[in-house]
Amino acid sequence: MSGKIKEKGMEILFLACALASIAAVAVICLFLFMGGIPAIGEIGAGEFLLGRKWAPQDVPASFGIFPMILGSVYVTGGAILLGVPVGILAAVFLARFCPRPAYRVLGPAVQLMAGIPSIVYGFFGMVVIVPFIREHFRRLGAVNGSSILAASILLGIMILPTVIGVSESALRAVPQSYYEGALALGATHERAVFFAVLPAAKSGILAGVVLGVGRAIGETMAVIMVAGNQPRMPAGLFKGVRTLTANIVMEMGYASGLHREALIATGVVLFVFILLINLCFSLLKRRMD
Amino acid sequence: MRDIHGLPAVNRVSLRQRARSYLRRPLSLLLFLLVGLAALLTAATLLFIIGYILVRGAPHITPSLFELTYNSVNVSLFPAVVTTVMMTLLSLLIAAPLGIFTAIYLVEYARRGNRLVGLVRITSETLSGIPSIVYGLFGMLFFVTALHWGFSLLSGACTLAIMILPLIMRTTEEALKSVPDSFREASFGLGAGRLRTVFKVVLPSAVPGILAGVILAIGRIVGETAALIYTAGTVAQIPGGKDALFLSGRTLAIHMYVLSSEGLHTNEAYATAVVLLVTVLLINTLSAVVARRLTKG
Repeated sequence: MSGKIKEKGMEILFLACALASIAAVAVICLFLFMGGIPAIGEIGAGEFLLGRKWAPQDVPASFGIFPMILGSVYVTGGAILLGVPVGILAAVFLARFCPRPAYRVLGPAVQLMAGIPSIVYGFFGMVVIVPFIREHFRRLGAVNGSSILAASILLGIMILPTVIGVSESALRAVPQSYYEGALALGATHERAVFFAVLPAAKSGILAGVVLGVGRAIGETMAVIMVAGNQPRMPAGLFKGVRTLTANIVMEMGYASGLHREALIATGVVLFVFILLINLCFSLLKRRMD
Repeated sequence: MRDIHGLPAVNRVSLRQRARSYLRRPLSLLLFLLVGLAALLTAATLLFIIGYILVRGAPHITPSLFELTYNSVNVSLFPAVVTTVMMTLLSLLIAAPLGIFTAIYLVEYARRGNRLVGLVRITSETLSGIPSIVYGLFGMLFFVTALHWGFSLLSGACTLAIMILPLIMRTTEEALKSVPDSFREASFGLGAGRLRTVFKVVLPSAVPGILAGVILAIGRIVGETAALIYTAGTVAQIPGGKDALFLSGRTLAIHMYVLSSEGLHTNEAYATAVVLLVTVLLINTLSAVVARRLTKG
């Protein structure tokens, strides 16, 4: 009898744990939206999202996060432009070109790349990429090196493992018969891989890119250290910019009142972006299976 | 050469034949070069980052960095190391049981077509996509402000626990699924109940997979910054005493952020980067080794 109670009790405990993760998402949504929505209402949704001036200390203060939205979009776009082609080609190499002994080193190396903390990436960007841009692009308008370009390069490196990992498994999931069929028709190894296997893995690779976008847009510490963080409209590739994530970390330490709520609202905007990206990702993944 | 899928290469192609074939087909040559270049670039970038940090940082690792208390002269990272260990243990203490039990429910108890399973899976996907700064923001609103825990170890650990929950859940789920059904059937056949089967038969054979996930989670905790700045705070001493849980403390990653953003202690920041990098690399290697054990055993 007591055995039966124990069985039932443990099952309920396991169920409760499963419910806890659902509760976590619910509480996260609740608190973020509760903290941010009132500020958006007070400032006005249009003024908040499309306002071009962020000056919380001015009288009267203005809270427009459009520069930061653009900053996030530009930096992420740059990262995609730099990171995705390299990532997809590297994934093709790992899945279809790599000799087995080399794979034993390169496979774990990509995972290692994903494991390096973002603060270390940021530090690397600060001491290597930023000075490099400062010295070599001065004629093109680089002031101190912290710029959209620096952030794009760094984020491009940081999304590599994500893009490579997802693309590689998508390429490996393509039936071998596609490849063999192409070979039988007289294609070379490269042609068979690029014109038969790669198109078949399209939606999986796209899912990897979407996941990379999510990573890049949510990245905080690394971006702060290389992007310059000026809260103004992006002025060029070699000029500083502030992202949504940077806006939160830079000012949360001393903000109060409406300023603090506006920062939380910035987090809400970021959160909504991420939810949309996640939705795209799961739709693509479903199409892949 | 190309027998990467275990197929024996029947027609061995000599290097010369390949070169001739590439010369006749420039597109293939171009694609081959592009693919090789991309792989080389990736590997070179990784090596450069690790090499640069190690070479520039290693000379700055001095005994004074490991003194028991922090002050602005020695810039000791030892308190941060202790805080990191405390933070890691605390987060795992919360997240590991939750994640493992959830996976047990999903794999061993939930019936086929259970709505809850789909819902849990969606939430865990959502959780794993949320950036760490959003976790930090939530932790600040909920644990620090609403629950009045202040900037403290406990606030930070709870925030991190939610962050690593999907990772532990997913790896445990996969480890449990890879245990053959015959194990369970044999156990049921001998008259064991479901609970006994789970704890005496299924879990022990899934341990390496679960462990690999937990170790990966440790790696994420050690490297995390954005989620901790506004939950655990940045106090540079070891939180000790009776209510240590409610004291603020900085982990190694935050220590490094503070040093590098102050710009006063660049050498010490380099040294901290080395310690952080080596720790994380070791943790990841350990996880890979444990995971390989699983596939072998």
